[in-house]
Amino acid sequence: MTRLLVGVTVCLSVLVTGALAAGPLEIGIGYLRRADIKPTLSIVEQPADNDGVAGARLAIEDNNTTGKFLNQHFTLEEFRLKDGDDVTKAATALADRNIAFIIADLPADSLLKAADAIRDRGTVLFNAGAIDDRLREEDCRTNLIHVAPTRSMLADALAQYLVWKQWKRWMMVVGSHDEDRLFAATLRRAATRFGAKIVQERVFEDTGGARRTDSGVTLIQRQIPVFTQQAPAYDILVAADESEVFAPYLPYRTWDPRPVAGSAGLVPKSWDAAQDQWGAVQLQNRFLKLNSRRMTALDMQAWIAVRMIGEAVSRVNSSDRKTVLDFLKGPDFSIAAFKGQRLTLRAWNLQLRQPILLVDGRMVVSVSPQEGFLHQVSELDTLGVDQPETRCRLH
Amino acid sequence: MLRHCLVSGIAVWLAGTLPAGAFIAYVSNEKSNTVSVIDTDKWAVIKTIKVGQRPRGIELTRDGKFVLVAVGDDNTIQMIDTATREVTNTLPSGPDPELFVQDKAGKILYVANENDNTVTVIDIEKRTRIGDVQVGVEPEGMALSPDGRFLINTSETTNMAHFIDTETRQIVANVLVDARPRYAEFKRDGSELWVSSEIGGTVAVIDPAKRTVTKKVTFNIPGMRKEAIQPVGISIVADGKTAFIALGPANRVAVVDAASHQVTKYLLVGQRAWHMAFTPDEKFLLVTNGVSNDVSVIDVAALKVIKTIQVGELPWGITIAKQ
Repeated sequence: MTRLLVGVTVCLSVLVTGALAAGPLEIGIGYLRRADIKPTLSIVEQPADNDGVAGARLAIEDNNTTGKFLNQHFTLEEFRLKDGDDVTKAATALADRNIAFIIADLPADSLLKAADAIRDRGTVLFNAGAIDDRLREEDCRTNLIHVAPTRSMLADALAQYLVWKQWKRWMMVVGSHDEDRLFAATLRRAATRFGAKIVQERVFEDTGGARRTDSGVTLIQRQIPVFTQQAPAYDILVAADESEVFAPYLPYRTWDPRPVAGSAGLVPKSWDAAQDQWGAVQLQNRFLKLNSRRMTALDMQAWIAVRMIGEAVSRVNSSDRKTVLDFLKGPDFSIAAFKGQRLTLRAWNLQLRQPILLVDGRMVVSVSPQEGFLHQVSELDTLGVDQPETRCRLH
Repeated sequence: MLRHCLVSGIAVWLAGTLPAGAFIAYVSNEKSNTVSVIDTDKWAVIKTIKVGQRPRGIELTRDGKFVLVAVGDDNTIQMIDTATREVTNTLPSGPDPELFVQDKAGKILYVANENDNTVTVIDIEKRTRIGDVQVGVEPEGMALSPDGRFLINTSETTNMAHFIDTETRQIVANVLVDARPRYAEFKRDGSELWVSSEIGGTVAVIDPAKRTVTKKVTFNIPGMRKEAIQPVGISIVADGKTAFIALGPANRVAVVDAASHQVTKYLLVGQRAWHMAFTPDEKFLLVTNGVSNDVSVIDVAALKVIKTIQVGELPWGITIAKQ
């Protein structure tokens, strides 16, 4: 009798919900990130302590709502790296606990160390935080999927809009840190690709000092106009300041009355709390209800990563890492992420194709790719390094 | 000129000799918070009704006395009296109602509530909520099997069509379809259930008895990028031979041979084609075009777009009454 019942249950398990005899398919997902949070110039923009992981948690809930109909169950295990913690140890420890998929919000070098440490286990890493192009180019890895957009995708998204708007003469201000220079390099590339001209570049040296002072504004108001004066004729000031040293000070303070874009003003991002098109309000509401705050780009990148795993597991009905990875890399994979079109993976470097939002802190101003920027495969491939130019060789 | 005279001549002749053939279409305008009322004889808007915030799903009650319109941002369904064409009442729909379906007797209304993963069951006459069913993430499309036994709900982020037994209000089956399923429609004989996947870019044909996907309708428009082909509304002619599928930002309606499930023709309509409704005689199919703020009229026999009617901002849903 029992055997008969079990037999019937197995036959119907794909279709019928309700009390099932067999336990659910368990899918453990790890979340690896650093403990420290970088301070921002604007306190409004200061990330919450659970920035990123909050999005992953919502996606776990969404996956489990679907999972209860498919007898699949998802869990999230978070690991925060303190200064001096060994990332390879942490990644290996997660893999040891039979975690097949790890969402990572780590700097590029740590990410590569983690990916290499767990490669032989077959564990798949999802890069939710690092925008470095090199991770998808000369440093690409077969077990590293990139959900975060690249710097070059962000720069191209901004450049397309500025060119569409006929703001083609850019004055560029670059910070003095490495990542600022990297962003500046992708902006220069974008200007060349889409027909803008950088009329002049200036460097804003980070001389150190406190980010918040009681009389700071008075000083800044004197400093920024002077810094931006005597510029050649330009349409827009483009700032490359990922380090958050000066860019947020630029709007409304430039010598000439010009708009600001890049690291302040009109900013390219994968997601924003203001995004409400394409059914996004539902996601924003679910996120707000769960976390009592608005959803950031990092939250969204982590949400998509966990949803990609959920989507693949629901299609292949297996938690086997290779089966899931093969599906994600295959032609049948796509994910809906409230951006107006399906998102797919670039097979040559495992980067998620995605529209980029241009936001001003209150509203979504536009979404790139812009109309008229054409491509023979996908217009989303007008953003970032394309297949013919790639230096990635996946083995 | 001659053709124009001829056409108007025939129109006058038709109006003079036939009993009132005009139907009344009601179009929900998502952005303007209005419902446009179209006379299908004149092909013109004859009234604009102010409704609540963000009107989308719109249907006539079975007795034809009311038009129900889901006003999502007001968390209710408003009832428009078809005699006075004014909002006279509301239904307790649950949060953020979008699409809904009523049973054959017109007594029970099933509403998809996008915000809390539920389907709400409402007694239309008593205007009370009598139950709810927990479904997948972001419920949207709603359909009833022609025999009334099963309610279908599609959930956009779960990517499923849920089969709900209308007696027990329990989910009895879940069928996985492609990404973001938005609309469900049965053939009148109950032999097939069609579900459109907006982001997946396909329409799944489901065998309601086996509850499996037996076929997928796919679309290929030369020169159109795949991501822009986003099927939403589905309308199947009563005889089950031809289906029309609105393709969203592809700005087209696909004509599908409902037996072979192959696309036979693409009709160019306005921008972002959402939903459709036949006139009761099935001679015309009206399509809402979300971005171009108009409604396209398709001649069903000729398979041609014959007219475009300007309506409010971001037209979304449509329903057509006999009078």
